[in-house]
Amino acid sequence: MAGPSPWATHLSHAGPCSLAALRTAWLRYPNLLRRYLFSTDHKVIGLQYAFTSLFFLLVGFSLAVLIRWQQAYAGQPLPLLTLLVGEVNAPGGIMLPEFYNQLGAMHGTIMVFLGVVPLAVGAFGNYLVPLQIGAPDMAFPRLNLASYWFYAAGGVVMLASFFVPGGAAMSGWTSYPPLADFAPQGQTWWLAGMLLLVLSSLLGAVNFITTIVQLRAPGMTWFRLPFFVWTQLITSFLLLLAFPALQAAAILQGMDRLAGTSFFLPSGLMVGGQAVDVAGGGSALLWQHLFWFLAHPEVYVLVLPAMGIVAEIIANNSRKPVFGYRLMVYSIFVLGFLSFTVWAHHMYLTGMGTTISAIFQATTMIISIPSVIVLSALVLSLHGGSIRFNTPMLFALAFLPMFGIGGLTGLPLGLAATDIPLHDTNYVVGHFHYLVAPGTIFALFAGIYHWFPKITGRMMNETLGRLHFAGSLVTMNLIFFPMLMQGMAGVNRRLWDGGAIYQHAEPVLYLNVPMAHAAFGLALVQVFFIVNLFMSLKGGRRVTANPWEATTLEWAAPTPPRAHGNFDELPRVYRGPYEYSVPGMDVDFLPQHVPDAKAGA
Amino acid sequence: MIEWLGMPVGASAHAVEVDRLMALVHWLMLVMFVGWSTYFTYVLVRFRRGRNPRASYHGVRSRWSTWAEAGVLVSEVVLLVFFAIPFWSRQVDALPAEQGSTVVRVVAEQFAWNVHYPGPDGVFGRTSSDLVSADNPLGLDRRDPAGRDDLTLVNELNLPVGRPAIIWLSTKDVIHSFALPQMRVKQDAIPGVLQPVWFTPSETGQWEIVCAQLCGLAHFRMRGIYRIQTPDEFQAWLAEEAKYLPAY
Repeated sequence: MAGPSPWATHLSHAGPCSLAALRTAWLRYPNLLRRYLFSTDHKVIGLQYAFTSLFFLLVGFSLAVLIRWQQAYAGQPLPLLTLLVGEVNAPGGIMLPEFYNQLGAMHGTIMVFLGVVPLAVGAFGNYLVPLQIGAPDMAFPRLNLASYWFYAAGGVVMLASFFVPGGAAMSGWTSYPPLADFAPQGQTWWLAGMLLLVLSSLLGAVNFITTIVQLRAPGMTWFRLPFFVWTQLITSFLLLLAFPALQAAAILQGMDRLAGTSFFLPSGLMVGGQAVDVAGGGSALLWQHLFWFLAHPEVYVLVLPAMGIVAEIIANNSRKPVFGYRLMVYSIFVLGFLSFTVWAHHMYLTGMGTTISAIFQATTMIISIPSVIVLSALVLSLHGGSIRFNTPMLFALAFLPMFGIGGLTGLPLGLAATDIPLHDTNYVVGHFHYLVAPGTIFALFAGIYHWFPKITGRMMNETLGRLHFAGSLVTMNLIFFPMLMQGMAGVNRRLWDGGAIYQHAEPVLYLNVPMAHAAFGLALVQVFFIVNLFMSLKGGRRVTANPWEATTLEWAAPTPPRAHGNFDELPRVYRGPYEYSVPGMDVDFLPQHVPDAKAGA
Repeated sequence: MIEWLGMPVGASAHAVEVDRLMALVHWLMLVMFVGWSTYFTYVLVRFRRGRNPRASYHGVRSRWSTWAEAGVLVSEVVLLVFFAIPFWSRQVDALPAEQGSTVVRVVAEQFAWNVHYPGPDGVFGRTSSDLVSADNPLGLDRRDPAGRDDLTLVNELNLPVGRPAIIWLSTKDVIHSFALPQMRVKQDAIPGVLQPVWFTPSETGQWEIVCAQLCGLAHFRMRGIYRIQTPDEFQAWLAEEAKYLPAY
């Protein structure tokens, strides 16, 4: 090819943001733009979500490595740090508390809202749901496109906030007022970013619900849906019903900050010895109710798609149907409903009376039952199987005990009495990281290794995959288990010095050092994954349409599935999703779209 | 179990109950995790492809898992109904009588704990935000007769052992959380809310007051000292402090 790429000639001269240049490019290279940037094909949008959210996972994780390093070596100069984050944030290599608090708030925000949820729902949901139900695309392709770009805009706003005066949001990912009301302008950017992200999620949610209800292929009855599709359906309802509460709350907090209202500010506040000049009369607790009304269902938004991915991979690699498919579906229905009734268990120590705390403790204990059922069903699914231990299966299997630790450590936090010593300690941090990191993120890795061959027509490297798995499993446990120990000893979270100032932290303070090194190790191990991902795009072993010998419809589509339309001809569905090892057949899988039992034999 | 968990020493009357529940819950967690992991490991070994080349369509058929679920449910109900809920109504909701208790105000601010004792008259003096200054962070009105004998301290809380202590908690600016790890006490201080928290210290000692809720830049060093003294020591300390009161 002669000369520079068409992108360079048309975009670089006019500057990156020039609309004129974009218009010229649009007229001249409409196909390129429509194909890769403004496509309405659910697969392209899914991949856009995938790459963007993986980028944000990396960013959010880098912030966490800095947090761990800071807690282990607080106040010790690290010249490299000044290079990385600038003189303003770390003069002389010593991280300022202002910046430390930004790291904490933004690590949480980025991981949850820009990393895990967009990857689990935006990427996996988008790519797989239409394929698994046998649809040519999502119900509203343009809404889908808009959803991605609102998400991307939200991400840009969040990242940009690090560079505004005063830096990014620094009041925790929970942004409790009045602290957040008084924070520098980065908090306003955080609120604006959240508005965009919520909008994106709402557009995605209506799209998923409509698609699953309306576009199922002939014969795809409700109880023939793959479990993954069920999890996406429930997740979409949670997003649709819970996110507006945060949308409203963010607008109210924005008005407190910009328009002089005091929705979250009571009368008589004094900051730094000076009376605060606001009308007052608001309630600081109101924010917590609105925030957790979103954020607890959000936990299940993080968890349900992970369960769905793990169920698909376990059925496929144990070569047998999942145990209690209907029971699992009913359980996640209950889980979805109950997830709206537990939010105040984050607020036991705000001055709650017996009745209210009893109600929320009861709902919290009840919600553990469907979770236990789903997890047990996944373990029982293995019984009688013929288990293949490939990389996706290893990640999916490790999800079970890791998620188990995360779930079990929720029990003492869910009981108000034992929550007293543990609330706001590192025990809480360890608890939810077990759920989300070696829990949900492991499931997402499993999904990437499992569906990569469908997306690209090539396998990922098995050796690198196993190294990635083993390294991540070991280092994550070295990071998160010590958190439980520290929390039990009473060490609080969000401390710039990791608790060094406190006597009661002394017996467990040394753990900060191995945790920091493990975090660094976890970062190194991800290199295996990144190398594998890009290397396999070009150099992975070529495979046919159904390399895992799977039964669900995405494997009936060509590899990669057709742009705009997915299937050569739209499939018809004859049976449930997990007909593996059907008695009397020679092969051990019977795909959903194969008309006759004999045809699969 | 309590020793293994590595909690700070429990030095209040209700710490025993909290710790007992903590131990029970962790026993339950341990039993569930070990039982469940044992089965998980067995299944992975027994049903690996090399050992079991052909999967069974039907898989596990026994109903023991249902019984295990029921066991979990029953354990949770027991923990909730017999431990957690009664504890809350007895310890958190029901305040003891002020006679017979040590009553103190604690007012949190970025980044200090202001402690206010009512003095021998047992009545807190009037406070006003107009009077707040660097050397009067509580804004205590010393001209108010009830306020003349009041003691005010910063980041220092003394209490007598064996006598209920009621702390009226509030905050001047943002949300803080007043935590005394060894007392098994933690209570959010919410702006605009006056929230009591009470406990009965059962051992003497000197420990630290912790701020448990992110409250700004210096949150990590919002630390105070609290001492649990014998009643005699406590009275002697009160008398000593009273000597430094300004005269009116």
